[in-house]
Amino acid sequence: MSDVILKIKRQDGPNSRPYWEEFKVPVAPKANVISLLLEIQRNPVNLQGKPTTPVIWDCNCLEEVCGACSMVINGVARQACAALVDTLSKPIVLQPLSKFPLVRDLMVDRQKMFENLKKIKAWVPIDGTYYMGPGPKVAPSVQDERYLISCCMTCGCCMEACPYVNPKSNYMGPTCMAQVKLFNAHPTGAMYKDERLDAIAGDGGIADCGNAQNCERVCPKEIPLVSIIAELNRETAFRGFNRWLKGKPKGPGLAAPG
Amino acid sequence: MKFIVVGGGLAGLMATIKIAEKGENVDLISFVHVKRSHSVCAQGGINGAVNTKGEGDSPWNHFDDTLLGGDYLANQPPVLGMCEAAPGIIYLMDRMGVPFTRTPEGNLDFRRFGGTLVHRTAFSGSTTGQQLLYALDEQVRYWETQGKVNKFEDWDYLSAVIDDNGVCRGCIAQDMKTMEIRSFQGDAVILCTGGLGAVYGKTTNSIINTGSPASSAYQQGVYYANPEMIQIHPTCIGGDDKLRLISEGVRGDGGRLWTYKDGKPWFFMEEWYPAYGNLVSRDVASRGIFKVCRELGLGLDGGDSVYLDVTHLEPDWIEKRQHGVLEIYRKFAGEEPTKVPMKVFPAMHYSMGGMWVDYNQMTNIPGLFAAGECEYQYHGANRLGANSLISCLYAGTVVGDKVMEYCKGLKKTSSDVSSKVFDAEMARQKAGMDKILKFNGPENPYVLKDEMNNYMSTYVGVVRTTKQLQDTDKKLLELMERYKKLGVYDTGGWSNRTAIFIRHLWNMFELARGIVGGSLLRKESRGAHYMPEYPNRDDENWLKTTKAKWTPSGPQFSLEDVDISLVKPRVRRYDVTKDQVIKEAAEKEAASSKEGAK
Ligand SMILES: Cc1cc2nc3c(=O)[nH]c(=O)nc-3n(C[C@H](O)[C@H](O)[C@H](O)COP(=O)(O)OP(=O)(O)OC[C@H]3O[C@@H](n4cnc5c(N)ncnc54)[C@H](O)[C@@H]3O)c2cc1C
Ligand code: FES
Repeated sequence: MSDVILKIKRQDGPNSRPYWEEFKVPVAPKANVISLLLEIQRNPVNLQGKPTTPVIWDCNCLEEVCGACSMVINGVARQACAALVDTLSKPIVLQPLSKFPLVRDLMVDRQKMFENLKKIKAWVPIDGTYYMGPGPKVAPSVQDERYLISCCMTCGCCMEACPYVNPKSNYMGPTCMAQVKLFNAHPTGAMYKDERLDAIAGDGGIADCGNAQNCERVCPKEIPLVSIIAELNRETAFRGFNRWLKGKPKGPGLAAPG
Repeated sequence: MKFIVVGGGLAGLMATIKIAEKGENVDLISFVHVKRSHSVCAQGGINGAVNTKGEGDSPWNHFDDTLLGGDYLANQPPVLGMCEAAPGIIYLMDRMGVPFTRTPEGNLDFRRFGGTLVHRTAFSGSTTGQQLLYALDEQVRYWETQGKVNKFEDWDYLSAVIDDNGVCRGCIAQDMKTMEIRSFQGDAVILCTGGLGAVYGKTTNSIINTGSPASSAYQQGVYYANPEMIQIHPTCIGGDDKLRLISEGVRGDGGRLWTYKDGKPWFFMEEWYPAYGNLVSRDVASRGIFKVCRELGLGLDGGDSVYLDVTHLEPDWIEKRQHGVLEIYRKFAGEEPTKVPMKVFPAMHYSMGGMWVDYNQMTNIPGLFAAGECEYQYHGANRLGANSLISCLYAGTVVGDKVMEYCKGLKKTSSDVSSKVFDAEMARQKAGMDKILKFNGPENPYVLKDEMNNYMSTYVGVVRTTKQLQDTDKKLLELMERYKKLGVYDTGGWSNRTAIFIRHLWNMFELARGIVGGSLLRKESRGAHYMPEYPNRDDENWLKTTKAKWTPSGPQFSLEDVDISLVKPRVRRYDVTKDQVIKEAAEKEAASSKEGAK
């Protein structure tokens, strides 16, 4: 077993001062960044040999499907559970995502991403949970397209990488735009397509995207965010133009399930 | 009326939606953001006898396969209820927009899974759990916008509030950021808190699955049923932090298990079980691999692994159906599974045992309900693949209706209960946390967990012996002594995860003792519980649910008859078809009655 040096940006709470702490950690075969953090829990002593508190971070599934463990690893936002130690340059530098309120150490509060999903009505409205037979038929090609977007774990890596998500902007971020497409591409979801387009036509919406294209590069699920945003751009523009032509008010309200 | 749902996996979210759509309010408490619940990990699919492939499948056939798979330890009526509801539940999820994999005509596609001979498993690529969870999460988010659901995410459930008449009136939970401990008032509390993989550590489960709420309920008087029934999944891969699953769906799509014998590939499952082949039920497959590796010494490189091979399948086709799983293998094993066979071994995956509930999903404490992996009702001694997701969703729908009936019958609601009852339980929990924050001994909690994990994985797995179980129990008692000498390392009052972990650690010890105790008690082999000392199923003495009652000195067990009112238990064989077994049994009976007539 070899050792590796970990350099971690720590912070005891939202109002405390950040500081760096280094650790020397033994690396087991096939270890990922999470294994290293678990090792610190077993032996919370820093490089200087001083006892310290175990590092706090978020993780659940450890197989890159829950989205919890996003952090900035050697300068890039990614999932710690999928970051194998062998593939990383050393020392390994860990920092919390910077676009979200800090909780403690590497843990941040991504609640705003979930709030954004409310704004764009990210659901397929149903009449209720009682038996009503199967859903609409969906072409395999449409299903494939939706499936890819539906793998989004709300991990926040795209938000971290996007220069237009910043304290001065309300931009809801790339993933939120992709979710509009996910629901608009569903036969039932499409009945309320215009409302979702309107939701991203306004403040914090699609116009805030400056096409830096960083989002797609960091997305762990390889969602084609750039082309999706381009497509939505056309659709919102077209809808805006149509509305202007017809001078019509917004569509009907999104039907309530139940 | 006021409802509390604890846990936002499939079971918890379904229960929440059911209650909200009836116009009632729900407080939804969850250790993690519900969208990150362990249900996201489910890969292969969800069972329901929709019968679109001309195979003559039916809910009754699904029911029969499930009972057989569970070695007849499940009470039969609720299992039938689940299998009958399953096609409708899959359709409901379809209506919610789950991107299920489609046929060319745009219908739902179905794949094969273990313990059955038909295509009964709907799937969404190889991330079915993630897709189902997201669809429910979206519906719950809608109900949040309607003011019906109030989420408390990143909160740790601590205990139920039980009044002087023994009725549950709410619960205590802790905000894991601010560390505030508070009480929640509710006329019914529904625990949907998932599995307990962390007790084994070497598991496919999420790292958060400590089973802490179920253990807390057990320590408050809820029976814990069939704790010994722990599923070891045959096809897992390594990792330093946790193990990872290679879905049974891979075999459903044609993957084959083999190892070398006399220098040639040996497809041992196909040889031993010609009828079901690689798709026998999981306990049987794990024992098969165990036999190959430990008894015959034919594991790869002399170890515990065998090959799971998809290299003979058309690469694009298998990639499309199993992308998520194959990616996991690429990422964590570093090899190309469409070119080189995958190396897999059996590991802890699921708990069939759990909180005892009645057919209304209520525990023996009135007002305290349970649904999902944390309860014991649907799988008997072994769960069939793709039956968990359906059992979670079904139990969620049942409990959503039943809590309503229960509350209508209440003479007194939780708001009539004296605040003293809530304050007393809160004080007990606060005192517990204060004690942990003062721990300043030499023992490290994470190290104690590792030691428990090693024993549980090594000795309470595929094959169990009395001696090893006794040694494990001794080890657990030793760890519980050493717990008293723990150090907390972190005495902070903000997001102190170490202190919270220490609380879970004790709860894991209590569950582990239940698992070991149940294993020592059951003197037969049934489903996942296999003891060479008692190699056969013994229906006469052991067609019983084991019920553990917590006492300060360890679990006390009682036995309960299993409701077998619908199907008579048969011998469990996967080398021939069910029809063959039934035919042979009928012939034998006829022969013996002839014999008798003579
Ligand atoms: C890798 C893997 C693959 C699987 N694949 C399949 C499959 O293909 N098909 C199938 O049918 N089954 C599969 N299973 C099994 C299935 O995924 C689970 O049994 C099921 O998802 C459990 O759902 P649940 O709702 O009971 O609990 P979970 O989804 O585990 O949710 C538990 C909830 O409880 C909350 N909770 C836990 N502890 C606390 C606490 N202390 N305080 C407050 N809240 C708490 C959590 O936050 C979470 O929201 C798989 C399992 C694994 C591990
Ligand atoms: S822990 Fe779930 S994505 Fe890393």
